[in-house]
Amino acid sequence: MTARFNPARFAVYMLLILFALIFLIPVYVLLGSSFKTFAEVQDLSKMWSLPSSINLESFQAAWSGIPEQGLRGLGPNLINSIKLTIPATIISAMLGSMNGYVLSKWKFPGANIIFPLMLFGMFIPYQAVLVPLTVTLSRIGLGGTLWGLILVHVVYGIPITTLIFRNYYAEVPNEMVEASRIDGAGFFGIYRHIMFPLSLPGFVVVIIWQFTNIWNEFLFAVTLLQKPELQPITVALRNLSGSQIKEWNVVMAGALIAAIPTLIVYIVMGRYFIRGLLAGSVKG
Amino acid sequence: MNSQARHERWIAFLMILPSIILLAIFVYGFIAWTGIVSISKWDGILPDYTFVGLSNYQKLFSLETGGISAVRFRIDLWNTLFFTVFFLFLCLLFGLVLAILLDQKVKGEGIFRTVYLFPMAISFVVTGVVWQWIFAPGTESRPRGVNALLGMIGLENLKWGWYTDPTRIGPLHIALIPVVIAAAWQMIGYTMAMYLAGLRGIPDDLREAARVDGATNSGVYRHVIMPLLRPITFSALIVLGHISLKIFDLIYTMTGKGPAFATDVPGVFMFETTFQGNHYAQGAAISIIMLLMVALVIIPYLIYSFRQEVEL
Repeated sequence: MTARFNPARFAVYMLLILFALIFLIPVYVLLGSSFKTFAEVQDLSKMWSLPSSINLESFQAAWSGIPEQGLRGLGPNLINSIKLTIPATIISAMLGSMNGYVLSKWKFPGANIIFPLMLFGMFIPYQAVLVPLTVTLSRIGLGGTLWGLILVHVVYGIPITTLIFRNYYAEVPNEMVEASRIDGAGFFGIYRHIMFPLSLPGFVVVIIWQFTNIWNEFLFAVTLLQKPELQPITVALRNLSGSQIKEWNVVMAGALIAAIPTLIVYIVMGRYFIRGLLAGSVKG
Repeated sequence: MNSQARHERWIAFLMILPSIILLAIFVYGFIAWTGIVSISKWDGILPDYTFVGLSNYQKLFSLETGGISAVRFRIDLWNTLFFTVFFLFLCLLFGLVLAILLDQKVKGEGIFRTVYLFPMAISFVVTGVVWQWIFAPGTESRPRGVNALLGMIGLENLKWGWYTDPTRIGPLHIALIPVVIAAAWQMIGYTMAMYLAGLRGIPDDLREAARVDGATNSGVYRHVIMPLLRPITFSALIVLGHISLKIFDLIYTMTGKGPAFATDVPGVFMFETTFQGNHYAQGAAISIIMLLMVALVIIPYLIYSFRQEVEL
């Protein structure tokens, strides 16, 4: 290969950089505005300029709120998101692993009909179940609670977690399972000694996927949780941005706080994130 | 099969049974329940399951009986069509372009990929909040957002009201353009990742063979690679298409229903009429229509995927 200037390759890099800059515009605005003071963000002529100094007052306000203006902080809601996301993610990953094991290694008659019927559940517009869901949750005493929302995320997470694990376990050779069965291992023995120890990458993919989706979810949360002190951060952020007193620097700081946990996971574990994405998973 | 093996099979089935039962209730049972609400008189806080036939649907489609609801729903359907077509176009075009660019054995591919794909990791709510700020038009004398930027670079003439502009071209609301841009910003990376995985799955020998036969680089793409990417385009159309048919979070956060329903979609209408207006039966009818639209796209896809034994 020669080192001489190649116009075609130059064009490729220029285009890639141009697209990257366009993709980063919202990040620029987010960072630029959230580090500004209220006075500075009010000066519209400076909207596109960098903050004159790094100012953390917007983050302070977004986190703890401004009680005298009736502005609620997002801090408690971030905690709610954590309390919601972690149990829901772990439970749905475990369920998905068990289901995937059954559907890949213990196919029962009718499994080929039941599995697509299960999968359909991840594509439906959840609007079509919201009212019965609210009624049922309050009947079983989980209405308006975080546990109710956890249950909802676990149930509607079953299709995708099952799908990812089923495809993952399908790669485990049947001979291994057979050999273990001949050695006298039963259903749980095979799971414990063969499938589960091989599952780590599968669990990473599913956990990252569920964590991201549940953290980012809005429709179930806004419908099922009315009390502001129970709502997860997406709902609180939308309330903050929809409120009358619009301090854009505070809103942008809030958006950044809401985005950071999933962004960190994405940047650290990007490879697994993409695998979840390509497993046929969708953002709803 | 001996009794031990049969016993094990029963255990396996019992382990998946709770999931099957939960989905049977939470998906199919609740859809049926919503279907019943949609043919009932429930219009207020208290449930009222008096049967009224299809009148709730009629009110969404017939301007005579439905009045403003029918007007709004008709706008919603046009908006959904416009949004879907425009959104799919942007995602597929730029997703493919970025994938092909990244496929040129570039240095720093990982960094570029990370940048194009990071919007997928954040919430539609965050996207909505940020793009609402970017496209906020401001006023004539005090322009904001993109309008301020256009003013700075001397393109005053290109300023407009963005998502606050109720102008229509035929039945198509131009206020949806900024919303589609925000949605495409979030999902282009996903399309790119799908195409890139497809490109990486094409063996190098195939490209080499075409080159040996005298094909140019663009010829290889046109005649060898593009036909092989067709199944990916198909999957992307289905996945992105069904997302845009049920879109809610992004629009609800970024613009709401907009002036004269300029950015309204069935998801927003359903949410407002059900949970703010207590018109439960009407909300149920809207959600059943949304479900039918999604099912029309997804069910053939599921059947196709399983027949092909292609992983979804």
